[in-house]
Amino acid sequence: MFLARASVAAVIMVLLTLLVVGRLIDLQVINYEHFSDLSRGNRVRIEALPPIRGLIYDRSGNLLAENLPSYQLEMVPEGVSDVDGTLDRLVELGLVDADDLPRIKSDIRRQPRFRPTALSYRLSDDKVARFAVVRQHFPGVDVQARLIRNYPYADAAVHALGYVGSVSQADLERLDAADYLGTTHTGKIGVERSQENALHGSVGYRQVLVNAEGRILQELERTQPLPGQDITLTLDLELQLAAEAAMAGRRGAIVAIDPSNGHVLALVSQPGYDPNLFSAGISSDDYRALRDDRDTPLFNRALRGVYPPGSTIKPIVGLAGLDLGAITPWQRIFCIGHYSLPGSSHRYRDWKKEGHGSVALEDAITQSCDVYFYDLAVKLGIDNLQQFLGRFGLGAVTGIDIPSEKPGTLPSREWKRSRFSRREDQVWYPGETVITGIGQGYLETTPLQLANMTATIAARGTRFRPMLVAARTDPATGQVEVVEPEPLPPVTVSDPSYWDRIVEDMTAVVHGERGTARRIGLGTPYRIAGKTGTAQVFTIAQDEEYDEEETDERLRHHALFIAFAPAEAPRIAVAVVVENGGSGSGAAAPVARIVLDNYLLRRTE
Amino acid sequence: MMLDEPLDRPRPISVAQRMLRGLNLDGPLLLGLVTVSGLGMFFLYGAGGENPDLVLRQGVRVGLALVVMICIAQIPTKFLRIWAPWIFLAGIVLLLLVLIMGEIGKGAQRWLDIGFLRFQPSEIMKLAVPMMGAWYLHERPLPPTWRESMFVILVITVLPSVLIARQPDLGTALLIAASGILVILLAGMSIRVILGLGALALAGAPGLWFGMHEYQRQRVLTFLNPESDPLGSGYHIIQSKIAIGSGGVFGKGWLNGTQAQLEFLPERSTDFIFAVIGEEFGLLGLATLLTLYLLIVARGLYVASQAQDTFGRLLAGSISLTFFVYVFVNTGMVTGLLPVVGVPLPLVSYGGTSMVTLMAGFGMLMSIQSHRKLVPH
Repeated sequence: MFLARASVAAVIMVLLTLLVVGRLIDLQVINYEHFSDLSRGNRVRIEALPPIRGLIYDRSGNLLAENLPSYQLEMVPEGVSDVDGTLDRLVELGLVDADDLPRIKSDIRRQPRFRPTALSYRLSDDKVARFAVVRQHFPGVDVQARLIRNYPYADAAVHALGYVGSVSQADLERLDAADYLGTTHTGKIGVERSQENALHGSVGYRQVLVNAEGRILQELERTQPLPGQDITLTLDLELQLAAEAAMAGRRGAIVAIDPSNGHVLALVSQPGYDPNLFSAGISSDDYRALRDDRDTPLFNRALRGVYPPGSTIKPIVGLAGLDLGAITPWQRIFCIGHYSLPGSSHRYRDWKKEGHGSVALEDAITQSCDVYFYDLAVKLGIDNLQQFLGRFGLGAVTGIDIPSEKPGTLPSREWKRSRFSRREDQVWYPGETVITGIGQGYLETTPLQLANMTATIAARGTRFRPMLVAARTDPATGQVEVVEPEPLPPVTVSDPSYWDRIVEDMTAVVHGERGTARRIGLGTPYRIAGKTGTAQVFTIAQDEEYDEEETDERLRHHALFIAFAPAEAPRIAVAVVVENGGSGSGAAAPVARIVLDNYLLRRTE
Repeated sequence: MMLDEPLDRPRPISVAQRMLRGLNLDGPLLLGLVTVSGLGMFFLYGAGGENPDLVLRQGVRVGLALVVMICIAQIPTKFLRIWAPWIFLAGIVLLLLVLIMGEIGKGAQRWLDIGFLRFQPSEIMKLAVPMMGAWYLHERPLPPTWRESMFVILVITVLPSVLIARQPDLGTALLIAASGILVILLAGMSIRVILGLGALALAGAPGLWFGMHEYQRQRVLTFLNPESDPLGSGYHIIQSKIAIGSGGVFGKGWLNGTQAQLEFLPERSTDFIFAVIGEEFGLLGLATLLTLYLLIVARGLYVASQAQDTFGRLLAGSISLTFFVYVFVNTGMVTGLLPVVGVPLPLVSYGGTSMVTLMAGFGMLMSIQSHRKLVPH
């Protein structure tokens, strides 16, 4: 049996070898001429043709990111025998900036040797002409006409848009390297990053005959690249610019959302920066300046800044009280300016030292009475409170369609157990429940979370995943792919009229006689529902007073304001955070008014 | 003639032959292996950009591999048989370890790092699988029953292959699967079972497709239509065909291969070295090389046919035929007959681990040949 099988195997083996030999005869004898032509003297090289990156528009068709033709000097390290020497000579000729050398050398190190590395961008005609004269002395270096990314509104909406930068080794591991053979830039953050697949398109190629020096003699075959899709954002440029102007010179964030679908209408984080710096190869000095700036312009406060929400969560704490039957709208408590837990002498102070007197829910929200909510938080207990706030998306990422969002913190007994290692720190203390009721303590939220929470109140419990990308358009076929809003599990309460109750109380914050934000309610043709908030940056000792004038600017309270309008049929919900702004009513609410006015009082043509 | 001399005393043999016999080596096999790996270094000098260091390093590896082969040849076949299940078991455990560490380290993980030594457990399996198969069938009446065949296929062959394919290393997994299947085929598994399994494999192909990594699918697609992806995987095949085709019948001469010398051809000193040989030595060079390979396999099959027990026969047969599968898969891939699966050209491609494993396998062949019990002439 073995011999029979072994013989069969031997025969098959010989047949397979003959198959290979047959293939060799096919290649080396029958098609010899063809392959010999391809290889002799003139060699075939396959060159990648990068696709044109998709454009980005705002919701009304304003162009936010485009591609501009520009000449740039490029080097293919593989074709250069002495890279450092070549660079030095180019610097002497004034064609490469000496300051860029560290960046260029690190680019060369990070990229495969056959990929072109940009030496200088946006060459003037004069420099192009100067290089043409000396070109033959620089094999492997050439002037290329490339499209480079341009953001016409510079730093507008930069924290939503993001920017593109040179393709790094790390990017290539993440992306399909073959598709990026000709591509020099890729999205690094923001929409440019999250929509990279759509924006990029797919690579084309051409087979060219090259001579021994690598110069192209003839094109043999070409497959056109497929351009990337154009992206239409939900952002409203006019609103975005107005919001940025209102925040100019301060540190903070604004997020505006359409409550009916989760469209992000404006996303501001100030200060910002100019993304054009990155697309043209940022110099290390510029980058260091941005990175080390004390005001952290690169930091996306709207998505990654975590702030105690302060009093802005009082409306939903109140709603929790109504929903769970801990209070009724008419039930009153007496505020004497501070609150103490039974059997404890520690005083939790109200912002109003002399107290608010007898307050019901409406007074507590409009005047932002802390004692009322200390008491309510204790009545609800941390478990109920945490569970209810969680339904509004606090403590979890909203899932917005750009990367690097932070979840903030929604404290609970369990969270404390896993957060701290020391036994005594792991216990949840009743006092921590008290301060959670006014949005202090461990509770931390991002401006985006606050805006989406506000939108949820405005839409009476209906929730959406916040979205920036409204549609993708194929520039070749004109085919439009609309991105549908994605509903999230809604917040339901035992009696839907509680929503009206809360919205009415929030409207009284702005339009009521004693509302904390009544100053911005003057002269509006529409009604605003809002809530001020002030978040402590540092803890004031029991026997000390907070004096705004005396406090170091960086230690002043953060000012917060959430609002939506028109109160009866909301079209926009907004959250404003002004870092170290002092008070929510003084610093944040006027910014919100500017945003609302711009969106609601706009002339429609 | 002296009286106490046995009558059937072998003919006087030369010093070289006596040395070979003393070292338990098989002359023809050794000659073939040394010739091919010697030629390999010669080719490598041309393929590796005339870098003497590269050839030197390869020479050290060949030497090391030969030492390993000689050592293994000294081990009586009986011990190879007794150790087989333990080696197999150890191999499986190591493969699992690699997978677990891979989970932690993310991405392709084929190496096991034990402080002073790094090695690929899949290399052990290249020999452990045929050894285990031969061990399992050793004391059973042949041809194997349906159930025995299935055990060899599923437990001894498919299990380690799947573990290796998950690393992911599809090329090695396929080779190891081949070595196990060859054992059972040589043992005389019923043709009906073969056909049934073939049909099953065809039916399971879609499942395999969806289980593959993106780059593995890409390779299959590129194989079906290399021009579809000239910048990625297809680039290798296009360039390799140009190199081979332009070599013609007689080749461009040693160190004169333009495609290879000018770095158009990727991986030219490792997986694609066959194309460099084709460019520099033409059809004649490649045909000679293929003939040498066939002679090695033929000698291996001869050793198998002379083996005195089932274990030796099956092991020697499987090792020899698997060696041919290497050659066929590599040459088929370089000439565009098969997809690019990343299998080196045995004994010639630059690289260490596979060389040692191959030679260790041939050491086993020599052990099987030289440790036969005395036979009447």
